Amino acid sequence: MKAMNNKAWFMVLPVLLLVALSAIIPLMTVVNYSVQDSFGNNEFFWVGTEWFQEVLNSERFHNALLRTLLFSGLILAIEMPLGIAIALAMPKRGIGVSVCLVLMALPLLIPWNVVGTIWQVFGRVDIGLLGHGLASAGIDYNYTQNTFDAWATLLIMDVWHWTSLVVLLCYSGLVAIPEVYYQAAQIDGASRWAVFRYIQLPKIKRVLLIAVLLRFMDSFMIYTEPFVVTGGGPGNATTFLSIDLVQMAVGQFDLGPAAAMSLIYFLIILLLCWVFYTVMTSQDNAANGGRQGGEG
Amino acid sequence: MASIELQQIAHQYPSTSGEMPSYALNPLQQCWQDGGAYALLGPSGCGKTTLLNIISGLLQPSEGRVLFDNTNVTALGPEQRNIAQVFQFPVVYDTLSVADNLAFPLRNRGLGKAEIAARVKTVLDMLGLSARANVKARNLNADDKQKISLGRGLVRTDVNAILFDEPLTVIDPHLKWQLRTELKKIHQQFGHTMIYVTHDQTEALTFADKVIVMLAGSIVQIGTPQELFEHPAHTFVGRFIGSPGMNILPCEVQGTQILVGGSPVATTALTCAGLPGLELGVRPEFVTFSETGGVAATVTGIEDTGRHRIVRALVNDTKICGILREGESLPAAPRVLLDPARIKLYQHSHLLAGQVP
Repeated sequence: MKAMNNKAWFMVLPVLLLVALSAIIPLMTVVNYSVQDSFGNNEFFWVGTEWFQEVLNSERFHNALLRTLLFSGLILAIEMPLGIAIALAMPKRGIGVSVCLVLMALPLLIPWNVVGTIWQVFGRVDIGLLGHGLASAGIDYNYTQNTFDAWATLLIMDVWHWTSLVVLLCYSGLVAIPEVYYQAAQIDGASRWAVFRYIQLPKIKRVLLIAVLLRFMDSFMIYTEPFVVTGGGPGNATTFLSIDLVQMAVGQFDLGPAAAMSLIYFLIILLLCWVFYTVMTSQDNAANGGRQGGEG
Repeated sequence: MASIELQQIAHQYPSTSGEMPSYALNPLQQCWQDGGAYALLGPSGCGKTTLLNIISGLLQPSEGRVLFDNTNVTALGPEQRNIAQVFQFPVVYDTLSVADNLAFPLRNRGLGKAEIAARVKTVLDMLGLSARANVKARNLNADDKQKISLGRGLVRTDVNAILFDEPLTVIDPHLKWQLRTELKKIHQQFGHTMIYVTHDQTEALTFADKVIVMLAGSIVQIGTPQELFEHPAHTFVGRFIGSPGMNILPCEVQGTQILVGGSPVATTALTCAGLPGLELGVRPEFVTFSETGGVAATVTGIEDTGRHRIVRALVNDTKICGILREGESLPAAPRVLLDPARIKLYQHSHLLAGQVP
């Protein structure tokens, strides 16, 4: 029998090291913390699943989770239709295309904390254009005091920052639709709505899936902007999971519960992404199955 | 159904560089009779699709008028002109079932449920798609998708014309015959005016009663398949139709003698002696090889097509094709004989007047 040549393993080593340093080791450290307790002096005690139970049973976690889910839900409900509508309204050819694309890309180029700062100042009642303007118009607006105002500010900020991403993805899907589909629809006497419903929407479904996944993950993990604008307030009104987690880990230095929460957080995102993906591609899979069945 | 008349139609696509663009379609005049089956034949880029889109209303011509039954429809869109069009690549509404795809144009026109159901059923039966009526259209193969495209035109009983833009390009060769036969059958049954764009001469000649041959934005000849074969009005038509195409040889005429490279090959009754740019055209079917007479030729190759052999030769550095039927053999030093009754004379590519078919 020929001796096994194990040299090939050395070729994989660099990648293995990189992945280990960037993903496996940090993740395992978190797993390690999540099952132990520490009283300082680098002494650790095995506590099993106690932290997980504590986190999952705590009202603080439930509230933060609900807030985050609500935030992501609202973001998707606003940004998806708005993004599609803007993409549909954008010109398909001519000089307008470049102008629109540049305008759309601009918000995406601004760093998160800068976006937060812009809106933090923009919304201030004393000096901010928006806050002062609203106050002058007699509207009682204050995002540091009023829960509704704080949420509205964060939602509008995120819509301003990220709808462009949805627009760009949808636009790429729309311009890829061959002209002949529109011609056929014209021949068939289709209304504008029928063209959207039966040609454009089915054709951009795949890019929409990517847009939904990206916007869900990003909004579910949002940290920097609310941290800069509201700091989680007023009270705990905008304390999303990420902000709660940082308060627990860095503020209170509760490494065990924070680690357990991180893992739960991570698994929720993974689970929800899987759900989105499965639901949105189920039709395609059924179609592929049917096709194979038909030919086989 | 309607007769379609094009009056001085011409089209220029807007140019991006700013200079005056050349015509995609030169000014032309054409009348399509109600219930006729026409084919627009020509090489890629000759303006066939432009002409078709002008008829259907997808494109507004830059000049001229389109008349349907003597009514001016130039400014109307395709839905008002009531035209059906089948495109090169099958267009189906992916998320709709086969039956819903066929019902789509009827629903858009606000017909009643019962009527839609009845018409859809008729067309499903006609196209042999009944068994898959409830399958999502995207699960079908290209052939069936193209049938749906056609079916969306057939469900509308009142269409003025059905236009085809190279509809069989993506269809498997063995199914092309089948679909073409079905088209022919549908045409005989319903008598729609049909206009069929193609660059494939077999498709054009088998489908149409009248073939319109186009070249570089102009119509070069209109005729039945037989007329195009026997009496090409332009050397392009001669070369383009037939396989292999017509032989075109430069020639000169002295008195009544036609000379190729100085050797007399035939006589002509036309008075064209001494005209510049003369060419003679003769189909390979009427070129024979003999040991005596005619013009000397150098054989460069022989292809066996099964039924007959095609002999390729050079006469005074001009390529010529001849056909050897079964049982015929090629002489050792062949000379080319041209059937005098089948020779056509051309000047600057155009058929000289006075030669009757």
